[in-house]
Amino acid sequence: MSTDTETHEGSQSEEWFASAKKIYPMATHGLFRRIKWALLFITLGIYYFLPFIRYDRGPNAPGQAVLVDMEHRRAYFFFIEIWPQEVYYLTGLLIIAAVTLFLMNAVAGRIWCGYLCPQTVWTDLFLWVERKVEGDRRERIALDKQPWTAGKVGKRATKHFFWLMIAWWTGGAWVLYFNDAPTLVWQLLTFQAPMIAYIWIGILTTTTYLLAGFMREQVCIYMCPWPRIQAALTDEKALNVTYRWDRGEPRGSLKQNKKLVDQGLPAGDCIDCYQCFQVCPTGVDIRKGMQLDCIQCGLCIDACDNIMTKIGKPTGLIAYDTDENIERRIEGKEPVYEIVRVRTVIYAAVIALVGAIMLFVLLNRDFADISVLHDRNPIFVEQSDGSVRNGYTVRLSNKRRHERHFMLHVEGMPPETLVEAVGVDETFAGRPFIEVGPDTTREVRILVTSPPSEDMPHSTPVVFRITESVMGEVVTAKDTFKAPGNP
Amino acid sequence: MADAHNKEVDQVSGVETTGHEWDGLKELNNPLPRWWLYLFYVTIAWAVVYWILYPAWPLVSSYTKGVLGANQRMEAIAAYDQGIADRSEFADKIVATSLQDISADQEMLQFALANGQAAFGDNCAPCHGSGGTGAEGYPNLQDDTWLWGGTLDDIHTTLLHGIRTTNDDTRFGDMPAYGRDELLSKDEINQVSNFVASKAGLDTDDGVDLAAGQTLYEDNCAACHGDNLEGIQEVGAPSLMSANYLYGKSLDAIKAQVTNPRNGVMPAWSDRLDPATIKSLTVYVHSFGGGQ
Repeated sequence: MSTDTETHEGSQSEEWFASAKKIYPMATHGLFRRIKWALLFITLGIYYFLPFIRYDRGPNAPGQAVLVDMEHRRAYFFFIEIWPQEVYYLTGLLIIAAVTLFLMNAVAGRIWCGYLCPQTVWTDLFLWVERKVEGDRRERIALDKQPWTAGKVGKRATKHFFWLMIAWWTGGAWVLYFNDAPTLVWQLLTFQAPMIAYIWIGILTTTTYLLAGFMREQVCIYMCPWPRIQAALTDEKALNVTYRWDRGEPRGSLKQNKKLVDQGLPAGDCIDCYQCFQVCPTGVDIRKGMQLDCIQCGLCIDACDNIMTKIGKPTGLIAYDTDENIERRIEGKEPVYEIVRVRTVIYAAVIALVGAIMLFVLLNRDFADISVLHDRNPIFVEQSDGSVRNGYTVRLSNKRRHERHFMLHVEGMPPETLVEAVGVDETFAGRPFIEVGPDTTREVRILVTSPPSEDMPHSTPVVFRITESVMGEVVTAKDTFKAPGNP
Repeated sequence: MADAHNKEVDQVSGVETTGHEWDGLKELNNPLPRWWLYLFYVTIAWAVVYWILYPAWPLVSSYTKGVLGANQRMEAIAAYDQGIADRSEFADKIVATSLQDISADQEMLQFALANGQAAFGDNCAPCHGSGGTGAEGYPNLQDDTWLWGGTLDDIHTTLLHGIRTTNDDTRFGDMPAYGRDELLSKDEINQVSNFVASKAGLDTDDGVDLAAGQTLYEDNCAACHGDNLEGIQEVGAPSLMSANYLYGKSLDAIKAQVTNPRNGVMPAWSDRLDPATIKSLTVYVHSFGGGQ
């Protein structure tokens, strides 16, 4: 084909590098463009404004709905408060995120890439700025070829200024998730913010500016691992942006095709107008079939549908369709859309299961915690009277927002066993009565001394049980009591 | 390497191949992406800047120093000084607080335990073991047998002045060498050792006169070890009824100690460690649980 834009020059491999061909995506309008705008507003709206939402947790607690408090090692998400040892929730979220990506892929290929991926969303926003300042595809190509006049400098400067402002705001919004947002905004404005905030704003401003402004589709094609994985996960029943070559070919200009029809020869609906190629943000000619660069954004569908409507042909020459359906149409069968199939059901089930487990754990978690670490050196100590003592490091966590007391009991030992807590004088019924401050942990050294005994086993299973003094909340931890007996 | 004179061009892509072939698949000689190449240049530039700024190249008898004068030894010393300064607030508080009150204050106790643990590992572990369980001849600090007392103040005194050192306030408690100095005959040593063993619950030799041993004990040993073998802490004489013997609990070990006693030395740490560290160590050792 004479118009093949992908032709390589023979001497190319003599060069040290290949400069990426610049892509000038053209504006389009239609259903998928509207969906993309809507998702852009929703996702960026959440990202930029979520830190400003307040949530009352009472005194001594931050009033920000979503906050990752690194300094005090707590993460808040509305009514959920996460302690460092509960970071496994993150594992659950990551599993859900991964399987959701698989599910999206099984249903409609890389729609994550086309609609929700941050790279796509910010690139879309940057492209919008570019169009507003420099004009659409044709004007931008012309501008690039122009010599550096004052007008060109002005346009470029304006574009980069707005890009940098968006990038800066992006970095700024990020740091707000790690500190009280209104306070930090004021600190940033008065140059009082901690250095780490400026560093992160700097990093994210730079990456946003570079990735969304300059690297764009190259991130999707060269840097992102998902296209490679996705290619291995997809199948012939997944909806993908598909050119119906069975209907479009042989393609030719409107005039040429009309001539063919008049002569009674076959002619396709594709009029070779290149609209689908020109609106593509990654520079894909979708008519070549499914390819790695395609991010499934559907803008070519909008572009093609607009043309089809203009020339009075049915829309859907390019559409979300399956490989299977093309075959079926050729065989004269009705197209089928099987969204519910083994693959999607399994993915959905995994998502539901992990989600249910997380919800269950979240709703049933304790507001106190105990962890026990047995001394390793020595494992036990023999006393002068023949009794045996074991040392433990016990950490108590009080996840309530007020000071609480816990009674410590060690079960599984003879009744005369002595349990002492180093640095804790208070006792309740002869047992250590340990105070733990609000929303904090306390590490206590516990000494358990058994009475002298001839037949003390080498290892006795014991249970450390703490009972909260007011509500009676009970938490236990298992460990062992070691003695010099036979194993 | 591809043969430079025999370039093969892939028909489909129009790109030259490298000549590498795997199962019929040929590797295309596509050039590198520009961003990648530029990043590579940046790393080279970075390396050059690094060589200039920091110590980098070995020379015959020295090395290039770099214009920043960066020196990890000085950084380590600065970090050490900073650490001391950071701790000084707590250290001053610990010096000003009595040992008993340190244990009562949660925050100070945590600091003292952490500080004490670090100091213990550096200074005490070689003899007393990393867990303070000692070894034969080196007292176990985890049990409740204390030669010189196991209260906070006793431990503190021992740490400050040591045992049998040249420190002015050190404590002595030397066991006479009954065998080496010929204070007792071999038979007498046998008798008194068997007597102690019998009281301590050990097996004794056959046909030894335990009554004679008891008389010998009362004449020679009771002054320090007590009439009932219970030991006297003021002179560092251990209880002979304890389950734990510093130099081994066996008849042979008792005989050896009576014949040619060992008198272990504990260094005086007031010459080497600062007061806050010694106090932290005291609290830490006391927290082992053997403290009284």
